[in-house]
Amino acid sequence: MRTVWFLVRKEFLQILRDHTTMVQIFMIPVVQLLVLANAATFDLKRTRLLVVDEDRTTVSAGLVQRLEGGRQFRVVREDASANEVEKALLEREVTAVIHIPRRFEEDLVQHRHATVQLVLNAEEGAATGIVQSNANAILAAYAAELNLTLPTVRNASGVTHPAPLDLRTQRRFNPTRNYKHYMVPALMVALTTIIGLLLTAQNITREYEIGTLEQLNVTPMTKIQFIAAKLIPFWIISLVIFTIGLVIGRLVFGIPMRGSLVLVYLAAIVYLIVVLGLGLWISTITRTQQQAMFVAFFVILIFLLMGGLFTPVESMPDWAQLVAQANPVKHFVFVMRAVLVKGAGLDTVGRPILGLAIGGFAILTLAVHRYRKTTA
Amino acid sequence: MKAFLGFVRKETLHLLRDRQTLAILLLLPPLQVLIFGFAVRTDVRKIPIVLVDPAPDVATLELRDRLAASERFRLLAVAPSTQVLDAQFRSGSIRQALVLPRDVERRLGRGDSLPIQLLTDGSDPNTGGIMQGYATAVVQRWYTDAVPSGNGLRIDASSRLRYNPTLESSHLFVPGLVAFVLTIMSAMMTAISITREKETGTMEMLLVSPIRPSAIVAGKVTPYVVLAFVSVLLVLIAARTVFQVPQRGSLALLLGECGLYILTALALGIVISTQAPTQRTAMIFALAGLMMPTMLLSGFIFPLDSLPVWLRAISNVVPARWFLLIVRGIMIKGAGLATLWQETLILVGMTAFFLIVGSRKLAIRLG
Repeated sequence: MRTVWFLVRKEFLQILRDHTTMVQIFMIPVVQLLVLANAATFDLKRTRLLVVDEDRTTVSAGLVQRLEGGRQFRVVREDASANEVEKALLEREVTAVIHIPRRFEEDLVQHRHATVQLVLNAEEGAATGIVQSNANAILAAYAAELNLTLPTVRNASGVTHPAPLDLRTQRRFNPTRNYKHYMVPALMVALTTIIGLLLTAQNITREYEIGTLEQLNVTPMTKIQFIAAKLIPFWIISLVIFTIGLVIGRLVFGIPMRGSLVLVYLAAIVYLIVVLGLGLWISTITRTQQQAMFVAFFVILIFLLMGGLFTPVESMPDWAQLVAQANPVKHFVFVMRAVLVKGAGLDTVGRPILGLAIGGFAILTLAVHRYRKTTA
Repeated sequence: MKAFLGFVRKETLHLLRDRQTLAILLLLPPLQVLIFGFAVRTDVRKIPIVLVDPAPDVATLELRDRLAASERFRLLAVAPSTQVLDAQFRSGSIRQALVLPRDVERRLGRGDSLPIQLLTDGSDPNTGGIMQGYATAVVQRWYTDAVPSGNGLRIDASSRLRYNPTLESSHLFVPGLVAFVLTIMSAMMTAISITREKETGTMEMLLVSPIRPSAIVAGKVTPYVVLAFVSVLLVLIAARTVFQVPQRGSLALLLGECGLYILTALALGIVISTQAPTQRTAMIFALAGLMMPTMLLSGFIFPLDSLPVWLRAISNVVPARWFLLIVRGIMIKGAGLATLWQETLILVGMTAFFLIVGSRKLAIRLG
């Protein structure tokens, strides 16, 4: 135990002495959390819209007004030839074009039905879908409004009115629709993971590269002691970073903390063992820091992109969802979001935490096993 | 010149000798594009939904069929009551629930009001909004078809999605991945290779040699330019053959722009390496410092239009943001230099800036 303790002290001193690194590992997560929390959103405001109104009636003008009235669209240009429309889309001057045909009002009065054309720049996939459903919602609302006010030609014969559809939508858990409450926990996890994994992945290869690993290898310390001594300092540092993130999340972004903080920390403690253990394992299988870095980069990218942080896991193909089950980030982010935002308890998050614990045990065993005290 | 070529030769030999690293550098980018191109989808599909239908009849069966047939939804169950919904929402096993009243068929016939409740897991407001939009569309279409001959006034939108009519996720994601992976890999390669010489002490030796500092840097970067370019070619081949990402613009222009961007990213790596004393600081800077900003401020995942104004201003200094516009422009939209000259010019300017700052800093270390 004393051996481990001395080594832990040595690691701590080494890191604390390196001022540049110290500043980096604390400043980078803090600054990025503060800035990037504002970026992770699909909340499209004021989409640039081009209106081609060939009808030029009060009804068509009303439609343009409704489109502009919400905050979702902003008419930047009116009336353009087909060529100009092409050019505006190609050069990203506008994102959407709405084309109201001649006889729009007439069709509505006579047939109670008209069609407008909506052209969208589908260059940004998911965003396009949102713009489209925004536009459809405004069209539907306007149609409902006109249904009551617009004089009718046909319907004088006393046909029964259809049942009015009364669709009430409700969003659970995040009624204010503050995406930051959802994204800040994910960003915290991402940033802590990146720093923790990089530091550990680089650690043993560094000792190997500068030759000090040999010196450690000739000491009587066991493999388990060695891995433990390498793990504990970074574990503490990562927990500190995580705590700073949590404080910022609470004070700056006002993320709710509906569930138990003890649960959050229990999950964090277990999760960090998985990530740091993985970093140490990478460190034992690579020969140079360069290799270790690129492998770590690869692993981090898989963790982040396939963990449901920014894109929904449900949309992924089945095999990828299966792989995602082995992704610690996915489970930890799930626990964080569930406990903080939804106020979930141990009955909901117990299983993922147990899964993380098993993963942590497995990866540490692997790291200890893979680490060789003898060099070829 | 001869000294320079000799130096380039030395660097190339360094790189070629270390087979393991070479393989990692060359194959990692295409591998990443392959995996993520397949695995990650930015659109929302297969939303787990529950239909609460206390008294099934013909009309509600029709709605059930429509939900089951839709690619967007995965109809998990048809429940008689709302009892278990809370627990299911909390555990995340369902994301939406549609609650129907009794007597749907009769209400439709009689003209009573039809109260339907749509519950959506809003903990992720991004996808929450999208899911709500999809479900609303399904219900509304079902309703218009179900009511006896349309008395309600309708305005339909016939949508044309330009450049990517099927909204195929990989066509947009793959160009984004190219920009993202290229930035990190290239910046990291030079940053680490230069700081390693510092750490092992061989940089001092190089600096006292008659080769000029800028030539040292150029010599170190040259093999990586070639390496990164080969890697890009592999990535583009994968994009074309595996994902059928269209190549609507000129291939020569695309390759030229990729070459330019490799230079930009490598030059960024040079700047990082001049600031960092050790490989550790260099790689924390290159990876932890660049990764998230490049991912979130480039339009790779989230649309730049949704950023607040001040953040959009900041995003202008992210090189990948401009390269992403160029790659998508050429590949997806078939744009030419006439449209993309501004973005190209910005990248040229950034590269020049990085190179000047990098060589200045290196020269200062000499004195």
